[in-house]
Amino acid sequence: MENKQTPLGYISFSVFAWIVGLLIFFPIFWMVLTSFKTELEAVSIPPSFISFDWTLENYAEVQERSNYFKFAMNSVILAVGSTLVGLVFAVTCAWAMAFNPTKRTKDALLWMLSTKMMPPVGVLVPIYLVFRDWGLLDTRFGLIMVLFLMNLPIMVWMLYTYFKEIPTDILEAARMDGATLPKEIIFVLLPMAVPGIASTMLLNVILAWNEAFWTLNLTTSDAAPLTAFIASYSSPEGLFWAKLSAASTLAVAPILVIGWFSQKQLVRGLTFGAVK
Amino acid sequence: MKRVMGAALCALLAGGIAHANAETKLTIATVNNGDMIRMQKLTDDFTSKNPDITLEWVTLEENTLRQRVTTDIATKGGQYDVMTIGTYEVPIWAEKGWLAPLDNLGADYDVDDIMPAIRSAVSKDDALYAAPFYGESSMMMYRKDLFDAAGITIDGRLTWDQTLEIAKKLHKPDEGVYGICLRGKAGWGENMALITTMGNAYGARLFDENWNPTFDSAEWKAALDMYTNILGNYGPPGATSNGFNENLSLFNSGKCGMWIDATVAASFVTNPKESKVADKVGFTEAPCAATCTGANWLWAWNLGIPMGSQKVEAAQKFIAWATSKNYLELVASKEGWANVPPGTRMSLYQNPKYLEAAPFADETLLAIDSADPINSTMKPKPYVGVQFAAIPEFQGIGTTVGQQFSAALAGQMSVDQALSAAQSSTDRTMRKAGYY
Repeated sequence: MENKQTPLGYISFSVFAWIVGLLIFFPIFWMVLTSFKTELEAVSIPPSFISFDWTLENYAEVQERSNYFKFAMNSVILAVGSTLVGLVFAVTCAWAMAFNPTKRTKDALLWMLSTKMMPPVGVLVPIYLVFRDWGLLDTRFGLIMVLFLMNLPIMVWMLYTYFKEIPTDILEAARMDGATLPKEIIFVLLPMAVPGIASTMLLNVILAWNEAFWTLNLTTSDAAPLTAFIASYSSPEGLFWAKLSAASTLAVAPILVIGWFSQKQLVRGLTFGAVK
Repeated sequence: MKRVMGAALCALLAGGIAHANAETKLTIATVNNGDMIRMQKLTDDFTSKNPDITLEWVTLEENTLRQRVTTDIATKGGQYDVMTIGTYEVPIWAEKGWLAPLDNLGADYDVDDIMPAIRSAVSKDDALYAAPFYGESSMMMYRKDLFDAAGITIDGRLTWDQTLEIAKKLHKPDEGVYGICLRGKAGWGENMALITTMGNAYGARLFDENWNPTFDSAEWKAALDMYTNILGNYGPPGATSNGFNENLSLFNSGKCGMWIDATVAASFVTNPKESKVADKVGFTEAPCAATCTGANWLWAWNLGIPMGSQKVEAAQKFIAWATSKNYLELVASKEGWANVPPGTRMSLYQNPKYLEAAPFADETLLAIDSADPINSTMKPKPYVGVQFAAIPEFQGIGTTVGQQFSAALAGQMSVDQALSAAQSSTDRTMRKAGYY
C-alpha cells in the first residue's frame, strides 16, 4: 500500500518533531545559560531568561579551584581505553555467537544482559576489597577494567545484531580461499561491519564517559574523571547552581561535540534491527 | 666506567628515596561548602609552614562523600589521610575503633576553647577523635519588615503555637509571601533534622530507655500535627521538595516570612550579593513547646584521621592548623571576620571584631550553647544526639521515617498512618539489629 503524506500531515509532524527536539534540548540550553548567571540570578524566581548580567566568573572560579584538563584527560583515557579493550573481547564473542551458535547461545546472551540489571551498589564492597587488595584503587587501569566489564554485555549484543546481518557465505568463501580465523575476522568480517562497530564504539564511549557510580567510588584524585569534577560542585549548604552549571557545561562539551558530529552513526546504531 | 655509572645510579636512587621521604602527601576528603573551599584556597599558608607536606583535596557532594569515606574506612581502603565527617559519624566510628585519637595537636592548640557542646559530640572518654571545623545549630530567621507591617513583636522565646499564629498573619501567597518555610524534603539530614527537634520540643524522643521506638506516643502526634499544619497550610507550595538550599533561595528572594534552619544560613541571608532581603532579616531562637530542651539541633563538620593511617603525624599537623584560633585570624585577614568558620571556638564569640561583622553571632552562640547531645529530651533516652541517634541504624531509620512524614505533609497519608508506619518500620529495624 502506498503511503502518501499530505502537506498538512508533513507540517504537523515537523512541528511536533521540533517541539520534542526543543524539549529534549532545553535542559542543556538552560544549563549553559545558568552557567553565565550569578548565583543569585540562577535561583531567582521568576527566572530570568536572557536579560541578566552575563558573567564569566563561574568559569573563572571553576578554573581556579579545579584542574579541568586533568579530569578531562582521565575521562578520555577511561572512555577510549575501556572501549578498545571491550571491542577486542566483544568482537570475538559476538563472532562466535553469530556464526557458530549453539543451542545455549540465546540463553548466554540473555544471561549477559541480565548482569546489567543488578544495582552496582550491591557489589560495591566486594569490588572495593578486590581493588584494595590488588592495589587498583584510584588507578586508571582498574577503572578501565570495571568500565569495560560493565559495558561488555551491551557491546556484545550490539555487535551480535550487526554480525547476524552479514551473510555467512562470505565468511565461508574466505575460508575456502585459505583465510585463517584471525584473517577472516580482521580482513573480511570487520570491514563489512565498520558502521556497526563505529556506532558500538560511540555508544560505549558515551556510556563510559557518563558513568558516575564506579568512577566516584573507586577514585580519589589520580584517576578521577569529569564525573568527580562535577560532583565537587554540588553543595549541601549554600547556593551552587551557577558554578555547578559551569562545571557541567565544561564536562559535557567534549561529548556533545563528538555526539553532534557522529549522530548519523549513533542513530543508525541505536535503531539497527528495530525495523526489519 | 661501570662503577661511575653504578655510583650515579645509586645517588639518583638515594636522592629519589630521600625526596620521597621528604614529601608527605595528605589526601583530604571534604564537602563542598564555602568554608571548606576557603580553606582550600588558603592551603599555601599551611604548606609554606610545612614544606615537607603537600595537600591533595578531594571535594565531593555530601551524600557521595558519606558513602565514599564510609566504604573506605570500613574496608580499611586507606585512600584518605584526613576525612571530613559529621557529628553523627564521629561517636560511631570512634566506638568501632576506626578513628585515630587526636592526641598531638600541639601545645598552643587550646582544646579548652572548643565549645563544650561540640567538644562532647566529637569526644570519647575525654579524648578528641575529630576536630570541629565549623559548627551550627538551628534558629529562626524572620523578615523584620513584614513583622513590623503586621504589628508582630517577639517577646521572649516563641512557642510553636505562637509561630503558627504568626505564620497565619504573614501568609499572603497572592503577594508572593508564604508564612513560613521549613524543610520538607525526605531524609535523615533533611526533614528529619527539623522534625526531630520539634519532637524534642513537644516532649517526644526517638527511643525509650529500652531502645523501643516511640512514634506511637501522644508527643510525636502533637509534633507531627503541628508540622503538617503549619507547613502544609502556611508554607510554600511543593514544600516536600524543599531542603536547605531550596528554602535559602525562597528566603533570599523575599518569599518567606519566617525560616527555621541551620545557623550557618545567617551569613547567606545577610549577604547583599546573595539576598534581596539582606538588610531586613532578624534572628531569634527556634520555637519551644512543652519544653525548650532539644528544640534546636547541633551539627558540626569535623576533620578526623582514619585508624591505621601511615601519616598520622602530618595529618594531625594539618588538622591543628585548620581548626586553630590562628586559622580564624588568617581567614579574617584575607576575607573579613564575617567569613570565618563559625560555631567551634568560644573565643570567636568574645572577639569584638567578629561580633561587629556578624549581626547573628549572639543568636548562633545561644543556639549552639543550648544544644546538648546528651540531654536533649524531656524524658530519659539511651542515645547521644539531638536531631539523630548516634547508632549505625539511624541513617536507614531516619530516611524511611522521613519519607513517611513527607508523605503525611503531601497529604498522601494521615498523620496517624505516618506515625504508625514509622513505628512499625523502626521497630522491625531495631528488632533485626538485636536491640531487643
